[in-house]
Amino acid sequence: MYKSQVNRSKGEPVVAQSVTEAEVGGASRLAARGVTVGYGGRVVIDELDVAIPPGVITTIIGPNGCGKSTLLRTLSRLLKPARGTVVLDGEDIGRLRTRDVAKKLGLLPQTPVAPEGLTVADLVARGRHPHQSWLRQWSSDDADVVERALAMTGVSDLADRPVDALSGGQRQRVWISMTLAQGTDLLLLDEPTTYLDLAHALDVLDLVDDLHESGCTVVMVLHDLNLATRYSDNLVVMRDGSILAQGHPRDVITAELLHEAFGLRARVIDDPVGDRPLIVPIGRTHVQPGHLPAQGS
Amino acid sequence: MNVTDMKASLPPGVRLGRRLSFVWRPWPLCVTLLLAAATFLVFCVSIGVGDFPIGLPQVVATLFGRGEQVDAFVIMDLRMPRALAGVVVGVALGVSGAITQSIARNPLASPDVLGITSGASAVAVFLVTVSGGTAAAIVDSVGLSAAALAGGLGTGLLVYFLAWRRGVDGFRLILIGISVSAVMEAVTTWLLVTADIRDVARAQAWLVGSLEDRSWGEVWTALWCGLALLVVVSCVAFQFRPMHFGDDVAAGLGVRYARVRAVLLLCAVLLAGVAVSAAGPVPFVALVAPQVAMRLARCPTPPLAASGLTGALLLTGSDLVARTALPVSLPVGVVTAAIGGPFLVHLLVRANLR
Repeated sequence: MYKSQVNRSKGEPVVAQSVTEAEVGGASRLAARGVTVGYGGRVVIDELDVAIPPGVITTIIGPNGCGKSTLLRTLSRLLKPARGTVVLDGEDIGRLRTRDVAKKLGLLPQTPVAPEGLTVADLVARGRHPHQSWLRQWSSDDADVVERALAMTGVSDLADRPVDALSGGQRQRVWISMTLAQGTDLLLLDEPTTYLDLAHALDVLDLVDDLHESGCTVVMVLHDLNLATRYSDNLVVMRDGSILAQGHPRDVITAELLHEAFGLRARVIDDPVGDRPLIVPIGRTHVQPGHLPAQGS
Repeated sequence: MNVTDMKASLPPGVRLGRRLSFVWRPWPLCVTLLLAAATFLVFCVSIGVGDFPIGLPQVVATLFGRGEQVDAFVIMDLRMPRALAGVVVGVALGVSGAITQSIARNPLASPDVLGITSGASAVAVFLVTVSGGTAAAIVDSVGLSAAALAGGLGTGLLVYFLAWRRGVDGFRLILIGISVSAVMEAVTTWLLVTADIRDVARAQAWLVGSLEDRSWGEVWTALWCGLALLVVVSCVAFQFRPMHFGDDVAAGLGVRYARVRAVLLLCAVLLAGVAVSAAGPVPFVALVAPQVAMRLARCPTPPLAASGLTGALLLTGSDLVARTALPVSLPVGVVTAAIGGPFLVHLLVRANLR
């Protein structure tokens, strides 16, 4: 089964069956076609193809330095590919106006900064920027959308507070709220749970799932494999700048794949509280004799 | 006009007609208007003071074209250039500082630090102290101010290009600016040490920054250049607002940040150049005005209009003090630091106590 999903030759990932199930809603809105991206002379992503299925949560996972964030940044047009194209709603994203891209695609980068003393309401209101102009700086539409974005992320009560006075989890909600105020149904989140404790990470991912329920297509990068498995409908597993496997977590997450992608030894069991696999990692120590490395996984 | 009453959490909007709409923020607006009023008041008082004192009502009447002949001559021909130069230089320095501090996201990043003033000083001192055919010819043909301006702009652009590495990073900009400034200051010091003592006195007078003996010609040039730059800045400023959140967020919100930043930084360098050409290197205004304006207007980032007006108020106020309150008539540059510094410290200490 695992062999049938994975094609190790670069640039030809075989997409698992269950994605087509997710693609029923329509053709993919965002896709990379043969993109090669690098910094300076170093190639990070090589000849990669990926299509983001609409209406579901897609999570990009992979070991450190495999090009996850680079792929997300390329999809969001922060990075310009050396070769290949990123296609947004049928058009080459590189040819669209920056402002038009911002009206279709919301982006939350890894570590955004807010000036000291800026209030939550002002930060979220800035999400309306792509819809505003020098003359039209604040219409009643803007007010409605911002009001909704604040309510949806549960930060309406914090609206008057300065962003720097909030906890990490609240702050992340506020940034997601700003991305929502942009009014796009395509959201790209680069490691939205970084620096959050597990409870706050779950809280933020529940929020992401609410957004998905309300019709958003979400693409995110996550480090935590079990959270990625729990919250995504489509996993994109990367290694060394190419895609190793893609599909529903149930089809993709196997002990063999984890070993191949991360060099991680693990058992994959049924999640006792969810309907997805659960990864139980195996290190060198604190493991019962039957699972020690010599016996293999 | 229609002030929409939003729920308490959001800033209310103001709509004029169908297409114009703005966020209604009464406090920053009041502060800006008060600063403008205060600047105008100091400007008028400053015009009235002198060997031939003119009362405030007469000054205002003359400014609006209803004064007496004698007053009109003294005001328009003798005193106006100096007072107007103070306002222009103050606004230019305040706005320039607000831009550089916003771009670098660092309150230390004033045009003084970015090499503009030190470059202009080095060139001016070089031209004054090095006696010789070429230097004298340059001063004769374009004037000392214009030559210094060219030196300042050249240094500012040098810093900008040295700091460029796939975009301009705030810290890199400041470090390179400080390094280049240090070199320029070393050159200035070396020139002063080796020069003839009479030249040194002339160079020193230029180095502290002064509004004395301004001619209408110089003031007009500075005024029009400054106004043109302010128009460009106010057009681009709207696009700059998301850039306070970092480049990635700005790009995500549809801003072509590299272009916006390049335009604004160039405007900041040119505005500082306008100020240097009109008054010499007046220290500290560009550093302190945006920070004071930010605290007065209670904004999280330096507000452009309020920063410019604070700069103008600080400079005209300092010039007034320099001319009247002190036993010896000092150049304005000495007083700006003496007034601006303690005021900023006062605001910072008050914020700590709160």
